[in-house]
Amino acid sequence: MSKNVYVFAEQRDGVIQKVAYELIGKARELADALGQEVVAVVLGDGIQAAAAELFKFGADQVIAVDAPVLGEYSTEPYAKAMNEIIKAKEPEIVIYGATAIGRDLAPRVSARVHTGLTADCTKLEIDEESKGLWMTRPAFGGNIMATIVCPNFRPQMATVRPGVMQALAEDPSKSGTVEVFDAGVSEADMNIKIREVVKDTKKTVDITEAKILVSGGRGIGGPEGFGMLKELADELGGEIASSRACVDAGWIDRDRQVGQTGKTVRPNLYIAAGISGAIQHAAGMEDSDLIIAINKNNTAPIFEIADVGIVGDCTAIIPKLTEALKKLEK
Amino acid sequence: MKNIVVCIKQVPDTTEVKLDPVTGTLIRDGVPSIINPDDKAALEVALQIKEKTGAAVTVVSMGPAQADVALREALAMGADEAVLVSDRKFGGADTWATSSTIAGAIKKLDYDLIVAGRQAIDGDTAQVGPQIAEHLGIPHVSYAASVEVEGDDTVVIRRNFEDRYHIIEAKTPLLITTLGEEIEPRYMSVGGIFDAYREKEVKVWGYEDLQGCVDDSNLGLKGSPTQVKKSFTKPVKPAGTLYQEVSADEAVEIIVNKLKEKYII
Repeated sequence: MSKNVYVFAEQRDGVIQKVAYELIGKARELADALGQEVVAVVLGDGIQAAAAELFKFGADQVIAVDAPVLGEYSTEPYAKAMNEIIKAKEPEIVIYGATAIGRDLAPRVSARVHTGLTADCTKLEIDEESKGLWMTRPAFGGNIMATIVCPNFRPQMATVRPGVMQALAEDPSKSGTVEVFDAGVSEADMNIKIREVVKDTKKTVDITEAKILVSGGRGIGGPEGFGMLKELADELGGEIASSRACVDAGWIDRDRQVGQTGKTVRPNLYIAAGISGAIQHAAGMEDSDLIIAINKNNTAPIFEIADVGIVGDCTAIIPKLTEALKKLEK
Repeated sequence: MKNIVVCIKQVPDTTEVKLDPVTGTLIRDGVPSIINPDDKAALEVALQIKEKTGAAVTVVSMGPAQADVALREALAMGADEAVLVSDRKFGGADTWATSSTIAGAIKKLDYDLIVAGRQAIDGDTAQVGPQIAEHLGIPHVSYAASVEVEGDDTVVIRRNFEDRYHIIEAKTPLLITTLGEEIEPRYMSVGGIFDAYREKEVKVWGYEDLQGCVDDSNLGLKGSPTQVKKSFTKPVKPAGTLYQEVSADEAVEIIVNKLKEKYII
C-alpha cells in the first residue's frame, strides 16, 4: 500500500537548492490532507548533515543516498537511486523541482517505474473525494490550464517550477535522524562520462528571489536601456529582468529572462517597460502582486494584466521616475 | 555513425496564438502549424553530423495525417527518410503512451543516435525524449547546447544547467535532446523542397505496423497513466487602470502615488 509524500530535494555542490524547501512546504500541506508524512530524499556525496536540516523545514523523514557518484548530477545513477527508493518505500506521491535536473530525472524515473508524470505544475492539491493528487499546469504558453490526475498508477509524480510554491519558516526545534539508504549505486552506473564541469563564474542573479523587478522589452530601445532600468531598480532596491526578445538580441544575459522559456517570478512589484506582454512572457510574471506597465502601443497585451497601465514612452518616463524617487528620499 | 533518427512534432505556432478579448479563450483559427523549434534544432544537429560522417537521417513524427507537412519540411531541409506514426488508436496519448509508441516505431529502424528537441511549445513537458530512451534501454543526455561526433561511436555534448554546463562524452546508441535557443536550424533549400514533394515519400505506420513493437496496453488514451480531469482558461483578474494621453510627468505622479498606496515607497 503506497503512502507518504516524497520530495526529491535537489543539491548542487552539497548545497540543498531553494526549490527543495518550497516543495517540502507544499508536500507538508498535501501530507496533512492525506494524514501521511513528508519524506525528503537527498542524493549526493557527503550530504547527510545538509540533509538533516530539512527536518526544520517540514520534513518528517529524511532519506539520504550518499555516494561519490551522486556528487555531480548524472542521469543514470540518480534514476537508479530514485527507482530503488520508490520500489522499496512505495510512495503515494513524488515531487521534483522543474529544473534542468528534475526535468531530466523525473521522466526517466516515470518511464522506469511505469507511472504518470505531470510537468511544471503551478498547483497541487488533494481531491477530498478520491484522495488523489490534482496537478494543475499551464499549456499553450500559459493560456490554458489543465488539471491532470493519475488514478491507476503509483506514485503520482509531478515537477514544480522554482518560485511557485512557498517554503515554510524554519522551526529550529525540529530535528530527526537521517535514514541512510543503500541504493547500490556506484561508478559502474555511469553510462556516460562527464569530461568537464564548468560553473558560471560570473555572479548570477536569481531574479526569482527579488521582491521588486524592473523589466525591459524591445521598447527600451537597445542594450543601453537596461542602464536606465538598473538605475530605477537600484533606487527601488530591486533587480532588472527582461523579456525574451532582449535576451535573444543579446542585450542582456539569459538568467534575467522572465517567461515560459525563462523564469517564473512573482515579486511584490513588477515594472514592465516597453514589454508587449505576449502570453509567453505573461505566463512568467502575471502572479506578481502589483504590475505597472509602460508601453507606447495602447493595444499591447501587457495592459490586460497590468494594474496600472501607462501609454507612453518608457525611455522618457523611467528616468523621470528615478529622479522623482531620488527627490522623495531627500 | 551510420544511422540517425530525429524525432519531431508538429505544433501550432503558439507565438501566433491570441486570446479572444471577450471570452478569454484561445483563437486557434488560422494559427499556422510549424515544426517545434527545439525539434528543428535536433534536425540541424543530425544534418551537421550527416555532412561530416555520411550518416543517413530518418525523421519520425507521431501525429495526425496533417503532420505530413512537417515531415516534408524536414526532408526539404536534408533528411533522407520520413516516417509518420499515425493511427486513431494512438490518439489521446500522454507522454508515457506517446514515448512508448514512438519507441516502438524506432525499434523498427536502425539507429546509432536519436536526436529529439528538449520540449514542444504546446505542451512544454520535456518528458518524451528521456522516456523514449528509457523504453529503448539506452542512455540519454538532455538540454544539449552543442553536439560533436568523435570517431565512429563517440559523441561529445555540451549539456546546459542553470548554473553550469557539463562536457559529456557518451557512446552510441544514445538519445540526445537539444535546445532550440542554442542551435540555429538551416532553411529548406529550393532543390530540397522539390525533392521532398516529387522524389521522396513519407511512410505512414499505423497500429498494424507496430505489432510486436509496443504493447496494446501502452497505446493512446487507454495506455496513458495520466488523464486530463478538466481544462480551463485562466481566471481573468480584474482589469487595472489604463492611462492614455498622459505626459511623462503625469505618468511619474501616477506611478509614485500607486507605489505609496501599496507601501512600496
